[in-house]
Amino acid sequence: MPISLIQPEFKVEIDYDKCHKCGRCVQQCGWGVYSFNERPIPDDSKCRACHRCVTYCPAHCIVIKKNDLALRDNANWTSALRKSVWRQAETGGVMLAGMGNDKPYQSVFDHLVLDACQVTNPSIDPLREPMELRTYLGRKPDNVEVEPDGAGGYKLKEGAGVTNNIKLETPMIFSPMSYGSVSLNVHKSLAMAAERCGILMNTGEGGLHADLYPYQDNVIVQVASGRFGVNPEYLNRGAAMEIKVGQGAKPGIGGHLPGEKINKEVSETRMIPQGSDAISPAPHHDIYSIEDLRQLIYSLKEATGYKPVGVKIAAVHNVAAIASGIVRAGADYVYLDGFKGGTGAAPQIIRDHVGLPIEIAIAVVDQRLRDEGIRNQASIIAAGSIRSSADFAKAIALGADVVAIGSAALMALGCHMCQGCHTGSCSWGLTTQKPELTRRVDPEWGAERLSNLVHAWSHELQEILGALGVNSVESLRGSRERLRAIGLDEQTCKIIGVKPAGM
Amino acid sequence: MEFNPLLERMPTSKMPSFTDREGLFNEERPRYAEEAASKIHGGCGLMGICDESGTPMSGVEAIKAMAVQRDRGNGLGGGYAGYGIYPEFPDHYCFHMMYHDIKAKEDAEAIFDQYFVVDLAEPMPTRPVKGISDAPLLWRYFLNPDSYKLESSEMSTEDFIVHTVMLINSSVDGAFVASSGKNMGAFKGVGFPEEIGHYYRLDEYEGNTWVGHNRFPTNTPGWWGGAHPFTLLDWSIVHNGEISSYGINSRYLEAFGYKCTLGTDTEVAAYLFDLLLRRHKLPLELACKALASPLWTEIDRMPESEQAVMRSLRAVYGPGMLNGPFAIVLGFNGGMVALNDRIKLRPLVAARQGTRLMVASEESAMREVLDAPDKVWAPRAGEPVIARVKGQDWPIHGDLHLSASEVSCAVTGVESSCETVEVN
Repeated sequence: MPISLIQPEFKVEIDYDKCHKCGRCVQQCGWGVYSFNERPIPDDSKCRACHRCVTYCPAHCIVIKKNDLALRDNANWTSALRKSVWRQAETGGVMLAGMGNDKPYQSVFDHLVLDACQVTNPSIDPLREPMELRTYLGRKPDNVEVEPDGAGGYKLKEGAGVTNNIKLETPMIFSPMSYGSVSLNVHKSLAMAAERCGILMNTGEGGLHADLYPYQDNVIVQVASGRFGVNPEYLNRGAAMEIKVGQGAKPGIGGHLPGEKINKEVSETRMIPQGSDAISPAPHHDIYSIEDLRQLIYSLKEATGYKPVGVKIAAVHNVAAIASGIVRAGADYVYLDGFKGGTGAAPQIIRDHVGLPIEIAIAVVDQRLRDEGIRNQASIIAAGSIRSSADFAKAIALGADVVAIGSAALMALGCHMCQGCHTGSCSWGLTTQKPELTRRVDPEWGAERLSNLVHAWSHELQEILGALGVNSVESLRGSRERLRAIGLDEQTCKIIGVKPAGM
Repeated sequence: MEFNPLLERMPTSKMPSFTDREGLFNEERPRYAEEAASKIHGGCGLMGICDESGTPMSGVEAIKAMAVQRDRGNGLGGGYAGYGIYPEFPDHYCFHMMYHDIKAKEDAEAIFDQYFVVDLAEPMPTRPVKGISDAPLLWRYFLNPDSYKLESSEMSTEDFIVHTVMLINSSVDGAFVASSGKNMGAFKGVGFPEEIGHYYRLDEYEGNTWVGHNRFPTNTPGWWGGAHPFTLLDWSIVHNGEISSYGINSRYLEAFGYKCTLGTDTEVAAYLFDLLLRRHKLPLELACKALASPLWTEIDRMPESEQAVMRSLRAVYGPGMLNGPFAIVLGFNGGMVALNDRIKLRPLVAARQGTRLMVASEESAMREVLDAPDKVWAPRAGEPVIARVKGQDWPIHGDLHLSASEVSCAVTGVESSCETVEVN
């Protein structure tokens, strides 16, 4: 009997005429593709097309190709489905996957176009005019109350005005990725970049390593269902706290970090024994209802002198009502994670089939909070496949205050989306704890690349704002009048509050 | 139906009979509900004049100021608002109404009859003017809320009036409230502003403050209600520009119960001033700073207490910030304020002669009306120019009530911060 019916997905082709026989590919590959016998010999079945070997081959003699094995065409039984069946017949297990949903769902973002000024109002040149992206994250009062200050001006009334908000220099933050699922060097890169860009990184659910304490003012500390690394000091170090209820890639599903990834450092940061599996329950076992959430929100606030507390949820069918409840429960922001959001590991069937696109979630939540007159009471952070500054701008126009990027941030650090995060063997040293791999990310290099990405997208957002004839991002936020839909059905247009192009 | 000149306009060649006229309105002329389907673009000219001593000025002054700025419009909209023009009815709300047809009039009057005590209802005095045609039915009503209805509504008188305006504009088909304030009124329509001024017989009115407007709409057929000024209570707004943030401004206002039915920038500006000044009781200077906010880099250099105020204003009122090119004149009982956008993308010039403060899109208007201005200057971006009528309440400070000296400080402060232009 064959061990497996599944043939390799990729073919590794080496041009041996050009090959230096240096063995660097053998050394670089985290998946164990190469053996060496006078020259590198690839085992195609292990290749994930992460291009680590390709990037580091001094002779540029490696090419990764798709294995073009013909299977009889069947639009219903795609080759991916057939492989799935074979694989599960072999293992009897739940199929795991990393990164985000890769199925060809319609992207609402790709069906939205932005407006620009012509004649009746001037566009603004962001190279020559101010173009403001500064954003305050958190709960805001409905109005500002002032009183004369006795010197001809005004001062805020006692207790009035905006307090406990976090200043962001651009409305973009890094999404939560836990230490444990990613390496410490990745965390350091994110924290350093967040500090340089005046934005935030997010610990995810794995606690805050002591090496990140210098950057704590640019860190959101997460409280997830496993409560890993949560203690009063941890809470008080963060600029804000975030209760993670759900994740776009796996709504309703907990987490499982295998014991192999729990080394000494991770174990200390997570406050669990070395080598033990870190299991995050699907729900928080102290949150079975919205009033329980309220109690946790206020417990965290009480523990920290009322720092902002956000709640992260996966975008699901009833997201608008849930978000409204979260705001009324006292959250300072609602973090919406769409179903194309990434993950370190999730059951593939959940990743690919559960949840809502982030575009829809932003639109319905923003509208619901406005309908209820509580939009000012919380910021909306949107995540779940923000792939470019166009998505960034469109998310803001639909109603998000801030977007969060995770997959794009990892790509800035080298990720090639091979979807092997759950294996712990990431050749780029990102989603692994193997010291020989994690040392591949120099935090200084990482921070620079992440800062570049944040700056590049921010510059592009400024260009978009300038074309729209506004010089401040709050004038785009929720301004769906500046969006038009091409090829979206009428009902979807209605739901997201965007007119079809031509109207 | 017997023809009643008070109820119907003389039929024109386009309107052979009442029935046809209804058809005409339904099929060819847009009503505001349709006009609002997309945002209206346009450029404009404007003026505002206030005699701070309270001395009444003839409406002719406003007409003169607009006539020299004729090139700034295209004949598809002109209008004025005057303050202190109804001294015989100082304590009545005066509704200037536009009706497309009798049905609209009856429907609106049913609301007046039910919720108000109407002390005078009369057709708006007009005279035939070449170039003005297709006027809707124009009526005015001097009224006050029925005290029982007001009490049972549990609203303030002003909210009651605002509610009525929203109700009529959004749900009475073919009826439009042109103005709804005390001792003031808006006179507007489709035509060049000097024609509109003569049509409404503005030479027969005297007021201490006038604002005027000349419209250049680019994508909408002229509709009488769409002309400026746009008003609510005694706020009147004339506006030159394009609020590029219209989409979020209108959504923001909707959360506070305002219904943006016209699709015009001016409407959102009027509602924003109403929200900030009347409902949130912000001082006028700060309301202007919220709507045409200083840049963050400017705020970062302010003293700490001012920074705290400005940070809060921007963070809270960001969705209301008017972004894009504009020059606005806001008139009200007690004065006026003129405001440019945050980077001065539209013209606004100011002049003072004695107690008269005047603003306009072009200096020519000032030269026409003021024979020897003491000073002419270009106000800076986002810096309001404020005029206050002596002896009148300063209603727009809410419960703050600035003393006269504080207000004049504010005015002087504004002028001194502006570039003075030599007057020959």
